[in-house]
Amino acid sequence: MSDPTNLPDTPPAFATPAVPAAGAGRKVPWLRIALGLIVAVVALMLPYYNDPETNQIFCQVMYLALAAMGLNLLTGYNGQVSLGHGAFFGIGAFTAAILTVDHGWMIEATFPVAAVLAAVVGVAIGFPALRLKGLYLALITLGLAVLFPLVVKKFVEGPGGVPLLKPKRSQVGSMVDFWADDIYRYYVCLAILAVLFLLAWNLVRGRMGRAMVAVRDQEVAASTVGIGVANVKVWSFALSAAYAGVAGAMSTYVDRTADASNPIIYFQRSIEFLIAVVIGGAATIGGPLLGAMLLVALRRRTEGTEAMAPALLGGALIIVVYVLPDGIVGGLRRLGAWIRGRTSGSAPPGAAAEPTPSSPAPSPT
Amino acid sequence: MQLFFDQVLNGIGTGAVYSSVALALVIIYRTTGLLNFAQGEMALFSTFVTWWLTDQGLGIWPALLGSMVFSFFAGALIERVIIRPVEAAKNPLNVVIVTLGLFLALNALCQLIFIKPGQEALQMPLMFPKGDISVLGLDIPKAILGRAIVLAIECAVLYVLLQKTKIGLALRAVASNPESSRLVGINPGNMLMLGWGIAAVLGAIAGTMAASRGTGGFDTSLMQQVLVYAFAAAALGGFDSPVGAVISGLIVGIARALTIQYVDFLQGIELVVPLGLIFIVLLFKPNGLFGRNIVERV
Repeated sequence: MSDPTNLPDTPPAFATPAVPAAGAGRKVPWLRIALGLIVAVVALMLPYYNDPETNQIFCQVMYLALAAMGLNLLTGYNGQVSLGHGAFFGIGAFTAAILTVDHGWMIEATFPVAAVLAAVVGVAIGFPALRLKGLYLALITLGLAVLFPLVVKKFVEGPGGVPLLKPKRSQVGSMVDFWADDIYRYYVCLAILAVLFLLAWNLVRGRMGRAMVAVRDQEVAASTVGIGVANVKVWSFALSAAYAGVAGAMSTYVDRTADASNPIIYFQRSIEFLIAVVIGGAATIGGPLLGAMLLVALRRRTEGTEAMAPALLGGALIIVVYVLPDGIVGGLRRLGAWIRGRTSGSAPPGAAAEPTPSSPAPSPT
Repeated sequence: MQLFFDQVLNGIGTGAVYSSVALALVIIYRTTGLLNFAQGEMALFSTFVTWWLTDQGLGIWPALLGSMVFSFFAGALIERVIIRPVEAAKNPLNVVIVTLGLFLALNALCQLIFIKPGQEALQMPLMFPKGDISVLGLDIPKAILGRAIVLAIECAVLYVLLQKTKIGLALRAVASNPESSRLVGINPGNMLMLGWGIAAVLGAIAGTMAASRGTGGFDTSLMQQVLVYAFAAAALGGFDSPVGAVISGLIVGIARALTIQYVDFLQGIELVVPLGLIFIVLLFKPNGLFGRNIVERV
């Protein structure tokens, strides 16, 4: 995995890519390849050295990171603030749960369905969102997240009348002999995460990504150079919702529950995703993953006193906006740039390809 | 007929709470130009302060008064310390994040400070006597009448404050043009703090009214749905119209009560009503029923 942090982070929207083209006369970035390999090996070996409970926590980090990545595509890159991603997440979670519990599907097969369903709802929200900007969009999507559990409660009847579905243990079990259940699940999640993060990384470097950023930074200017603003916005919404949907299905898979008994659970989820994006670093590839790690770690630390985590998170969120407005990844980048500036007075343009301290983070572990 | 009338009255009772919160939202929107997602939780905190004061032996009305004073200063402090530094950036994402951070932190703080482990719900003493008053052959519960009166007093005080006093004039001047108001010697910062203080006071009243309902206690989820209804009211009223907010709050409250009574397929998801309302208003009449037209320059 090479280092995506060398994306120009506030690109003059249409500047030529600063991303060094691989091959053709350029120095091979051995250090980055080595680092990437190390991260990949660690990620692959990790489940063998941990107990099932810890592996489940890793999986939780992964689905949280995936949902945050989805939100990041929309909010970070495209500038549309959504507080409703908990609802898309929930759609994924309940799609997976309903198909496996009531219809006997293989849970792995429900992931694409979850993605498509979430994307469809995403488009349905994305169209009216064209007319709403900033705070108003946040307001509408907030309502979506608050509404979702109530709708589920009305239409999904779990055991005991509670809107809670649990796939059977055998349904989320390992499909192969040589991996235990938890290790198998870890690899499934890792594979999905790696593929979708790579996809996102390619997307934001490509035509679509630049269009998304252009629409975020200057909508009118973007439309004058021939970007279909409405198209880009709706597609961003759909794609972003699909990510959250897959993450939701993964959560059913990992935690073996889809639960809507708490009326604000999916609103809290929405905020969690936003926290992961903002604390990790909006409009970066590594940010959501870092943010998700921090979030899960904090939740583990404060277990027992359940109100402690939100109190700390709320405070942390406010502080991050002041001191690290571009999140951890952005902060590390600035740190890296500062160090390079100190060590070599006039760094050559290629210096951007040098690994910054953040480089291990962005690879999709 | 009595049933329909009862539902309308119920709607006015809850609508009074929505109106108060919507008023608070509108005042903040007018002065600072942002939607305060933490308004409900600020009100929640004030409600817990009221409860704490009654727990110390005060009557409900003195307790509410104490909570209002506390809320005024707390609201002003929040504006000065937390909101103002990000406000300059004018990036909606940052503002949303800060108010959401406040939302999370205040909600959790209520839980940590006021609710002892194992406690489920807290009891707020009743603000109004039980029983009905008969007017023209129709029975009106005293509690609902009381809430309506409180709302009317709120409106009257705000009207006098905003329209008839020098401070109110300054506040309106800052809302309409901060730069020019600075030129005539108004300190916009102080006015913003004042706006947030007033909003917090309105929240304290609304939260206490919402919590003091006789049956069942209240917990930290008290204001979350109220906030959605209040946003609906503010959107319907046009976000910058106090009159609109009050009237729309009552409309939303009545619509909700009637939906619960008469629309069976929305049973349990009556929250669809305010959301649908927000949606429709923002899409088709973004300035609401009472708002000014705002022309955006590119």
